[in-house]
Amino acid sequence: MALAFVGVGVFAYALLWVFLPHSDSVRMDSPTGDGSGSRSAVSRLSLDALRDKPSLAILLIGIGGAALLTQIGPFGEIPVLWPLIIVGIGLALIWRQVDDRNLLSRRNLRWRLAVGALVAVVGLVAVLTTLNLLEVTWQSFVSTLLILGVVGIATAPWWRRLVAERSSERRARIRVEERAEVAAHLHDSVLQTLALIQRHAESPRDVNRLARGQERELRSWLYGRPGEDTATFGGALERAVADIEASYDVRVQSVIVGDAPVQDGLSAVLQATHEAMRNAARHAGVHDVSLYAEVEDNAVTVFVRDRGVGFDPDHIADDRRGVRQSIVERMTRHGGSARITSSPGSGTEVELQLQRESS
Amino acid sequence: MTQLRVFLVDDHAMIRSGVRAELAADPEATLAVVGEAGTVEDAVRGILETTPDVVLLDVHMPDGGGRAVLDQVRGKAPGVRFLALSVSDAAEDVIGVIRGGARGYVTKTISGADLRDAVGRVAAGDAIFSPRLAGFVLDAFAIGPSAVPEDVAEKALDVLSAREREVMRLLARGYTYREIGQQLFISIKTVETHASNVLRKLQVSNRNELTRWAADRRIV
Repeated sequence: MALAFVGVGVFAYALLWVFLPHSDSVRMDSPTGDGSGSRSAVSRLSLDALRDKPSLAILLIGIGGAALLTQIGPFGEIPVLWPLIIVGIGLALIWRQVDDRNLLSRRNLRWRLAVGALVAVVGLVAVLTTLNLLEVTWQSFVSTLLILGVVGIATAPWWRRLVAERSSERRARIRVEERAEVAAHLHDSVLQTLALIQRHAESPRDVNRLARGQERELRSWLYGRPGEDTATFGGALERAVADIEASYDVRVQSVIVGDAPVQDGLSAVLQATHEAMRNAARHAGVHDVSLYAEVEDNAVTVFVRDRGVGFDPDHIADDRRGVRQSIVERMTRHGGSARITSSPGSGTEVELQLQRESS
Repeated sequence: MTQLRVFLVDDHAMIRSGVRAELAADPEATLAVVGEAGTVEDAVRGILETTPDVVLLDVHMPDGGGRAVLDQVRGKAPGVRFLALSVSDAAEDVIGVIRGGARGYVTKTISGADLRDAVGRVAAGDAIFSPRLAGFVLDAFAIGPSAVPEDVAEKALDVLSAREREVMRLLARGYTYREIGQQLFISIKTVETHASNVLRKLQVSNRNELTRWAADRRIV
């Protein structure tokens, strides 16, 4: 009887382990001042140990359950203990995999599950053999299988339709959601812009600006161009271009080769580029500006070019100090260089260059 | 001077009539539109019937787009040259039609004069690089061929020579062929040769970087 008592205890712990949540809060469930003293301490200890070693717990369930069974009913007279242990080992194997599923590769997991299932089935067969129940079990197994098979075949079309309906429903739902998303986007952007264009129909400049801005936005939405990401040099340049096109009546043909994250020197290049584009937009008197930026491993080069009125770089008017301060001096300060090629009537090209430390 | 015969392929009738008007606006009337089509099927039949000098080909159309037209006409009409015309300048579209055999790529925002000029040059066998296409090429052939001698690099299919790279850079900066010639002290004809060579490399190169680069941008 004592053995049975131990068995019940172990069984109870195992159940606790299974159903208690995976957290340290369990420790507080067994206050130290409790009257049950040593037993509760043992319980705490074994609980913690069990939590770490689930397979051990399952093994204990098996042994405990088997020990329990040997004490009661007809099982006591039959040597059923060992087969039950085998079943326990099999179950332990399976449970362990489920518990550790994050640590194991799937392939490995499947193999171990198969081995566990095999061991458990062997154990079960052994138990049934020892109890002389094998034949009865087998017969009922086969008849159950037959019944299930017939029922399954009879209801097969219904199942199939159910599955088909489910998947078509899913597809329809996804389609509806996508359409709703597209519609929402088009409404927020394109329809609004079209309304604005109609209201500004008498002003070609505004219509141009609106159409360009909308085109840019739609394009970046459709093709996911890096224009959204200002953490990279290319993305930040695209943003600057968008800003220029939104503020002035110019189209910037931008070509950006290579990319890099924006660092100290690069943000200076960005600001200088922005200023150069702004100058071209304001003073060149043309509607097209070319931007070409190339990011190489050891250098960044930017060209801003227009075919506008041009100017004499040696005689920069006072109101155009932007060129000297915002472009040339900024680049020099960050260890780069700026070269401005221009003469009256032949357009302007600003070349910015910055060496990069190869990272 | 004989007129150049042009065929328009675009699934939007409005674009077709717009392009037709721009081509007709030429004061010297060097271009004649001999047909137009709004579907891949009509385009293939029309091109084979009329054998124009230049086909202005829309990239995005139902049933496979410009690439499908190129694939079905290829080999059957050897004298016909294709110039791709599209609103999209996504990398996969550009590289797709170029590798399909188009001699160049311009966006629909191109001015009428530039478009007429581009058609003329494609008919003459030149390659048309928009600044963006030049940028794509520089991106795709990014690794510098500094170790390769110039004369080897010009013949090699998978690297650009330093000179070709220089030409591409200037194209990307918005220079015309004439301006590039002045800048590099070479003739326009030489610039055109470099551009054609680069186009051929873009069409036939199996270069690893190009494949990877295209894959990064979802180009097969």
